[in-house]
Amino acid sequence: MSQFDDKPRLDDWSMAMRASHDVHEGMVVNLGMGIPMLVSAFVEPDREVLFHTENGIIGFGRVIEDPDLVDPNCVNAGGQPVERAPGMSFMSHSDSFALIRGGWIDVTMLGSLQVGANGDLSNYHPPGKIIGSIGGAQDLAYCAKKVVVLMTHQTKAGGPKIMSQVTLPITAPTCVSRIVTDVAVLDVTADGIVLREVLGGWDPREIQEITDAELVVPTDVGELSL
Amino acid sequence: MAVNKVMESFDAAVADVADGSMVHVGGFGTAAEYPSYLIAALARLGVTGLTITGNHSGFSEAQVEMMKQANLGMIKYPVDYVSPGLLVDRGQVAKGILAFPVLNRGLEVPFETLLKQGKVELELIGQGSLAERMRAARAGIAAFYTPVGVGTVVADGKEVRDFDGRPHLLEHALKADVAIIRAHKADRWGNLVYRGTARTFNATMAGAATITIAEVDEVVELGELDPEAIVTAAPYVQRVVVRPAEKSTTWSDPC
Repeated sequence: MSQFDDKPRLDDWSMAMRASHDVHEGMVVNLGMGIPMLVSAFVEPDREVLFHTENGIIGFGRVIEDPDLVDPNCVNAGGQPVERAPGMSFMSHSDSFALIRGGWIDVTMLGSLQVGANGDLSNYHPPGKIIGSIGGAQDLAYCAKKVVVLMTHQTKAGGPKIMSQVTLPITAPTCVSRIVTDVAVLDVTADGIVLREVLGGWDPREIQEITDAELVVPTDVGELSL
Repeated sequence: MAVNKVMESFDAAVADVADGSMVHVGGFGTAAEYPSYLIAALARLGVTGLTITGNHSGFSEAQVEMMKQANLGMIKYPVDYVSPGLLVDRGQVAKGILAFPVLNRGLEVPFETLLKQGKVELELIGQGSLAERMRAARAGIAAFYTPVGVGTVVADGKEVRDFDGRPHLLEHALKADVAIIRAHKADRWGNLVYRGTARTFNATMAGAATITIAEVDEVVELGELDPEAIVTAAPYVQRVVVRPAEKSTTWSDPC
């Protein structure tokens, strides 16, 4: 698909592991469907983080993998069963979104189809569909204190996803502040998209080649480490 | 004459739902949150031209059957699970006010098929604004301003006004004719408690309609529910029906 096919790329779990470095004790964190949901697996139990899921839990525990322990009335927004943990609380949908809209979520991590150089998020309407499902992502994107996107750097066909201007319908304008991809970590700033970390085996010029938006490349770009 | 909102059957509880009604359909996404028996009763009643509201447009009977057989994921599908997609697939729905009308990948749900054919109308809205429009209806608030959705497709035709320098959308209360919801326990007055994440849209929709009908696991004696723990107070609920001890496996059987 491109001249970079033989280059190393992070898998979904590794992207989640890198993103987990940005989750700190005491934070209220919402993880969207897909790769973001994997992030909680990398937050060790003694780092107390209050995970929120928009269907109405705050402070839930780990994703359950033993079918015998599953409680069908304790699930996250992706339908995965989660552990009842000390300190957790249940709430209705309107209360759950009051918490989101009211600005009580410190970080939301979302998957996306495209991100614009100005932080526009397009994550609900895949090309070719008659309509997309906006779900709960819109409220999170407008109202969380920080929006982190986890996505592959390119589409399956090898096209760019970090765009000078998004071409898909937007979920929310100018909301994304950080992007973690399978090859880099980037920050959306007033000066444009800044390349912060690059996966070993890649150099910044190659990252630029697979990115539509023009990147700001500081002299001290770090290596993406897990 | 004691107050008693408990009805003897799901069919009796929905018997007066008219063609063209707006129905809030409780639940969120997984099977254990849906008012399956009330959805089935509306399917048997055969009312048409419904506007349904809720998170998800739901799956067809065949898709649900496939999911039960495949036992996808960690959570077993109960034999008596009925999805709101049954009403869509049977042509009973004219419009959906939904956050999740289609799956962004994978299966084509009945709502997507009918949308492509021009047979259903869609009002797409995010979960937060949808839930708050219901809460507003219950609380007697005509409309409210929210920052969410400005500059996107959900803002089409809506008033925008700045507060503290930030643009906000005017969203109107959404009061339905009927809300069908799932709860865990009720008493004969209609006080409700929920179980875990089944609270979701169920508790939000209670009272956001002229008639709220609750499908519950159990009716307990008046006074047995802890007043400190009741989530939905009696006035918001008009009818209560208990799920049968013996699970129904066919939605078309009277119940």
